[in-house]
Amino acid sequence: MSGAMQTPSTPAELADAVRSAPLVIAVGAGTKPRLSRVADDVVKISTAKLRGIVEYEPSEFTFTALAGTPVREIAAALAERGQYLPFDPLFAEAGATLGGTVASGVSGPGRFRFGGLRDFILGVRFVDGSGRLLRLGGKVVKNAAGFDLPKFFVGSAGRFGALAEITFKVFPRPASTRTLRLPVKDAEAIMGIFSIAGRARWELDALEASPAEGAVYARLGGAGEAHDALGAEILAKWPGETLSCGVAEKMWRESGEVTWAFADGAFIKVALAPAQVAAFLAVVPSSARVRIGAGGNVAYLSLPAGAAVPALAWPAVALRGDAPLWPGTRPRFDVLQATKTALDPQNRFPNLDD
Amino acid sequence: MEPPTSTAVLRRLLALLPAGRVLDRAAELAAYESDGLTAFHQRPVAVVVPETQDEVVATVRFCRDEEIPFVARGSGTSLSGGSLPVAGGIVITLNRLNKILRVDPDQRIAVVEPGVINLAVTTAAQPYGLHFAPDPSSQSICTIGGNVAFNSGGAHCLKYGMTSNHVLGLKAVLATGEVVEFGGASREQVGPDWTGLFVGNEGLFGIALEITLQLLPRAETFHTVLAGYRTLEQAGDAVAAVIASGLLPGAIEIMDALALEAAVAAVHAEYPPNSEAVLIVELEGPREGVAADRVRLDEILAKSGAVEVKVARDGAERIAIWKGRKSAFSAVGRLSPDFIVQDGVVPRRRLGEALRRIGEMSRAAGLRCANVFHAGDGNLHPLILYNGKEADGLARAEALAGKILRMCVEMGGSITGEHGVGVEKRDYMPDMFSADELDCLKRVRAAFDPLGIANPGKMFPAAEAPVLSQHGLHPLEKAGVISRE
Repeated sequence: MSGAMQTPSTPAELADAVRSAPLVIAVGAGTKPRLSRVADDVVKISTAKLRGIVEYEPSEFTFTALAGTPVREIAAALAERGQYLPFDPLFAEAGATLGGTVASGVSGPGRFRFGGLRDFILGVRFVDGSGRLLRLGGKVVKNAAGFDLPKFFVGSAGRFGALAEITFKVFPRPASTRTLRLPVKDAEAIMGIFSIAGRARWELDALEASPAEGAVYARLGGAGEAHDALGAEILAKWPGETLSCGVAEKMWRESGEVTWAFADGAFIKVALAPAQVAAFLAVVPSSARVRIGAGGNVAYLSLPAGAAVPALAWPAVALRGDAPLWPGTRPRFDVLQATKTALDPQNRFPNLDD
Repeated sequence: MEPPTSTAVLRRLLALLPAGRVLDRAAELAAYESDGLTAFHQRPVAVVVPETQDEVVATVRFCRDEEIPFVARGSGTSLSGGSLPVAGGIVITLNRLNKILRVDPDQRIAVVEPGVINLAVTTAAQPYGLHFAPDPSSQSICTIGGNVAFNSGGAHCLKYGMTSNHVLGLKAVLATGEVVEFGGASREQVGPDWTGLFVGNEGLFGIALEITLQLLPRAETFHTVLAGYRTLEQAGDAVAAVIASGLLPGAIEIMDALALEAAVAAVHAEYPPNSEAVLIVELEGPREGVAADRVRLDEILAKSGAVEVKVARDGAERIAIWKGRKSAFSAVGRLSPDFIVQDGVVPRRRLGEALRRIGEMSRAAGLRCANVFHAGDGNLHPLILYNGKEADGLARAEALAGKILRMCVEMGGSITGEHGVGVEKRDYMPDMFSADELDCLKRVRAAFDPLGIANPGKMFPAAEAPVLSQHGLHPLEKAGVISRE
């Protein structure tokens, strides 16, 4: 059906596009293609032309951009004013769009300290299943009016509406960062560092593990004057090394762009609790590659093409490759379908199971 | 819906629950007629005081089967009338579901029942060097269940977000009687964020039974500064300079002259003389980081034209600064028999303009208005003083409050930053949302509560008017236990 692909360039055109077919789904740059791999009769609406920053007021710590805006364009505009999205959106250089980032609900290394994507989204304009263009949430950093639909759209995989425009909170970029590499020999060692570092006075920016490398990476962010003392204290606890700026930058880029993963094959996000890291690593097949992020709160699993997806006892979503969309556990309650019907009475968008 | 709940229905309710769980005598019900929005009251038919989660579920299913409206209530501190009873309905008060079920320092979470007091979570987390970030001014009395229902804020929202940013998962009984579990111990979610949708539902979806909260490391060091200015504009300019510097303070607060007068009267707070406005800025974090950041903050404030800059030298001085700030509103009760607290939000860069216009509008209305606000996030708390004994006192105050809310919406802000819509601001929802948007919200509400029995009359503009009550402070406020923020 690619010939029928719609390419709206304004929110109103997006609403027209949604109304134009009985079955639709919005797609961004395709960096997480499993989310929109749906039946052939579903018309894809590309957000490629629905792009641009609508409002950016650095003094407000907020910006609003159209859903198809590449995250890297936003990151560049923010960087010019010394600001950033603290959750380090994934696949930014690969071209990920803001809307796709919201719909996939994935955050990068920086989510450890200040929270994930869900903690920075403030408002959305979206087209519901009846083709109505609606704005919910707000454009200011604090707002409690109405149900929090903006948060609900995080991770919703385009199944409840088509995002037109999104407002985010941003933060000042830390004046300086420093990354430490702490060698670890097994899952217990990883969990030990996560547990202690997670509640230590250092207030780390990022904390993740690469089990194959036998390494935990800890990033300090903030005033550079503090890093010598804090870094020394951490290395006194767990002997390791301070990475040079160049090496650290490359390592975090690999993490944010997921270049460590197999190019094809399934790529799966798993929502873990820190206590479950060892249990998760135990079910990972030896052929797979893994990163554990956010101090043990998320795992990214990459399987070689053709490899079977292991049974996952945690909530999980496949972002790329040949795997069930939801390969882990899923809540199943009557209210979930009732909410789908409320937002999409004609079932214009696919179901979560489609 | 069955009209005013009949004696027969009440008998069935009494039979459903163990003895002592249902209050139905007038004297018992009186305490539940009102909440922190003291201008309104409504006597419920009965108050259920469940002691277990199963009893809450049974009560909600009973209400569903009998089609009786119910209102969940914690400590009754809502400033938007969120727990105001419904005529012919029952109140389910959750204070006895007050167990902290688990504190897990390794995963930095706490699992609690809805009746747990906000501050009790931090108290339980403290031995592990952790704390619960949301800190509404009523935190020594308000419950987590209420914080979840109304997505409560506090003084640290710019950096830490609101309650919803700290709720990882929850178990709840919906108005349909279905018991659901959303999210869990992980800070990350997969699939739509049902937990995020539930938080802030204002009691219109159901009742949270168990809540998983994220805990954060308690900051090692605080650097708390109080600066006095001759004008509000100067204080506002100082905020802009702090924000532009790239610092991320934990809190940035401003109090105006009338609020200062109240705090001095109430808690003998001391402020720089001849100050028309006071700015409070707090940095927090590891000592080395705070030491570096405070140099930058000190430079900014030195150039900001302050009358005086006071730095808290120790924990006691820091607490004194915050005591003056957090007590400011109940302190206003000493200046006026009655007052309304507003909760609008404006874009931060328009704070100065908003305050000027509030001043003009209150002068035109012949009412005094004190201002205490979260300057870091643009959340205003204009406090409109009036005398409820004057025939049109409340009406004039409400008219002024409405003008202020509409101004906030016009400026691109919100009618509520942290108190919720409740009864108080429901008529202003159409100023912020279109008919289609309100319809969307109502449809979502109906998915969770098709009968419309969970806290009806809140959030959405409604036909029935709640009953106005006597004026004055909330009893807990008079006792100095709670304060309005």
